[in-house]
Amino acid sequence: MVLLTLMAIVTIGVVRLRNLFAVVILGGIYSFLMASVMIMLDAVDVAMTEASVGAGISTVLMLGTLYLTKMEETRPAHTPLLPLFVAVVTAGGLIYGTIDLPPFGDAAGIIHQHVAPHYLQNSIVETSVPNVVTSVLASYRGFDTLGETVVIFTAGIAVLLLLKGRRPASEPDSNAAKARSRRRRPKA
Amino acid sequence: MKFDTILRIGTKLFLPFILVFALYVQFHGDYGPGGGFQAGVIAAAMVIFYAITFGLEAAKQAMPPLVLEVLIGLGVFLYTGVGIVAMLKGGEFLNYSALKHDPVHGQHLGILLVELGVLITVFATMTAIFYAFVGRGR
Repeated sequence: MVLLTLMAIVTIGVVRLRNLFAVVILGGIYSFLMASVMIMLDAVDVAMTEASVGAGISTVLMLGTLYLTKMEETRPAHTPLLPLFVAVVTAGGLIYGTIDLPPFGDAAGIIHQHVAPHYLQNSIVETSVPNVVTSVLASYRGFDTLGETVVIFTAGIAVLLLLKGRRPASEPDSNAAKARSRRRRPKA
Repeated sequence: MKFDTILRIGTKLFLPFILVFALYVQFHGDYGPGGGFQAGVIAAAMVIFYAITFGLEAAKQAMPPLVLEVLIGLGVFLYTGVGIVAMLKGGEFLNYSALKHDPVHGQHLGILLVELGVLITVFATMTAIFYAFVGRGR
C-alpha cells in the first residue's frame, strides 16, 4: 500500500513537472517502485526485468534522447479535457473489468486450473529445471519466447535503420565529437 | 570526465563484477530468478557504463558496432536453430526432448541454448540502440 501510494505521488509528479530531466528520473523511480511491488507479489523474475529494463536501460535511453532534444516540455496547445475524458473512461472500463476477476490469490481461480498445475507438478520431472518460470518461459512456452526475441530483434534492426541509415557511412567524425564534447563541458 | 581518477578506477573495478553478475543471472536462471532477458540487459548496462565513463569511441573499440549487428541476428539464429535441429531429430519445432536420447537432458540443453540466444540478441540490441542514440550528436 505504501508503495502504491508512492507510485501515485510519482505519477502526479510526472504529470505536473515540465522539466523533462526530472520526469525521466521520476520514471526510473516509478520503475523501481513497480519492481518492489513485484517482489511483494513474489514475482521475482518480473521484478528483475522491471528493475533492469524499466529503471535501467529505459532511463538511460530516455536521457540519451533528452540530450538530442530540449530539456523543457512546451505547454500543450490544446485543453487537457479530451485526454482527461479518454483516461477517465479507460480507467473506468478497466476498474469495471476487475469486478469480474476472481479474488486475489484465489487458488481456485480459472487461470490456476488450466495448464498451471501441470507445469508446477511436472516441471522437475520433465525438464529438470527447478525454477518453473524458466521452464515455462523457455520450454513449455518456448514459441512465445521466440516471438519475444524476434520482437527485440525487429526493434533493434528498425532503430538502427532509422537512426543510422540516414547519414552516409563516411563520417569518421572525430572532429565533430571533439567539438561536441567541448560544447558540452561548460554545461556539466 | 577524462581526468576523473576516482570515476575511472571505480568503473574499471565494477565492470568485471557486472559481467559476472550478468552471467550468473543467465546460467543460474534455471535455479533462481533470472534468464536471458535480464542477463542481456545487465550485460548491456556494463557496456553503457563503460561508454558513459570512457566515452563512446572507447566503448566502440571494446565492442564494435559491426560485431553487435552480427550478434543481433545470431541470437535469433541460435534460437530458431535449436528449434530446427529438434525438428531434424524427429521432434516438433522447439521440442527440446528430441535433442538428446534422454528427453530430460534434451530439455536442459535446449533451455540453456535458447536462453543463450535470448541473451545474445537482447545484449546486442540494447547496446546497439544505445550506440545509435548517443552517437547521433545534436
